[in-house]
Amino acid sequence: MKARCAAPWLLTAALAGWAAQAQPDTRRSGLVTMSPATQALQRDDSQNPAFLWLQSGRQRFEADCARCHTGDSLRGAATRYPAWDTALQQPLSLSARINQCQQRYVKAAPLAAESDDLLGLELVVAFASRGLPITPEPGAAMDAVRAQGRRLYTQRMGQLDLSCAQCHDTLPGRRLGGSVIPQGHPTGYPIYRLEWQALGSLKRRLRGCMTGVRAEPFAAHSAELTALESYLMQRAAGMLLETPAVRP
Amino acid sequence: MEVRTLAQHPMETGYRLDSNGSPLPRDLIRRLEVDFDGERVLAASLHAAIAANPYVAFSFVLPRTGTLTVRWVGDNAYAHSESLRIVAT
Repeated sequence: MKARCAAPWLLTAALAGWAAQAQPDTRRSGLVTMSPATQALQRDDSQNPAFLWLQSGRQRFEADCARCHTGDSLRGAATRYPAWDTALQQPLSLSARINQCQQRYVKAAPLAAESDDLLGLELVVAFASRGLPITPEPGAAMDAVRAQGRRLYTQRMGQLDLSCAQCHDTLPGRRLGGSVIPQGHPTGYPIYRLEWQALGSLKRRLRGCMTGVRAEPFAAHSAELTALESYLMQRAAGMLLETPAVRP
Repeated sequence: MEVRTLAQHPMETGYRLDSNGSPLPRDLIRRLEVDFDGERVLAASLHAAIAANPYVAFSFVLPRTGTLTVRWVGDNAYAHSESLRIVAT
């Protein structure tokens, strides 16, 4: 009797699995819509200028972090951030976590946002997860943060009265001026952006986009930016980290 | 063989203004020189139109085992050199 009951269950599960497979994943990294020249810059590590920051970041990592961490012990860490910090009762992005570590364990002053030192360390940690799928931290606390991020993502803002979703969900692949609109998956941060001619964080990218729609950008360490970041990582869950990416 | 060089440098042109409208002073790598055992392999003058963090790649025929020295010289007494011993097999 028990065995008979189990049979339809299995069939349903198999059908659900088939349905999931039939729905192809249409998410794409911004890498595939870039010009071949820019793609070549990212694909060849010896040409990718972000490796200059990786080199200086590793020196700092050896000096400050190597007492507790090895490069290998941090493999996969970057795929989970932003993550909930139980001591502070708030979500921390990877750069905020590094700065917490600076204060708690290295007993040093926090590094300035977007400074080469902080970006270099963030790159060392994220690079240790290159090629791994993004796996956001589960839990009710982070779900609430991601829900807030989703609200911000779909909220119209600025003089142009545009939300992130209007471009990156409904118009990816079309053009804004001369640039292809990407789907907006944060798979390669910190990135070397040709427009910046420097390494920069996801926060800088988001603030740049907000300035673009003529909104007042959220502050660099605001809860709003971390929420947006958390939602975007959830949206890109399962995609592979390609840090350090190069973008136009 | 192909040699690839990459230097971290802002390559500030001297033509740009900062957010207050005052000119940003020029800060460029002016010269790139490559020697193999003291013999000049390549020399290049770099100018304002070259992007930050300049990447220069070139080919040369390796005559024997020896040391390749790359030297970047620029404004504000910028000078940096890297040496690499290359073994011919």
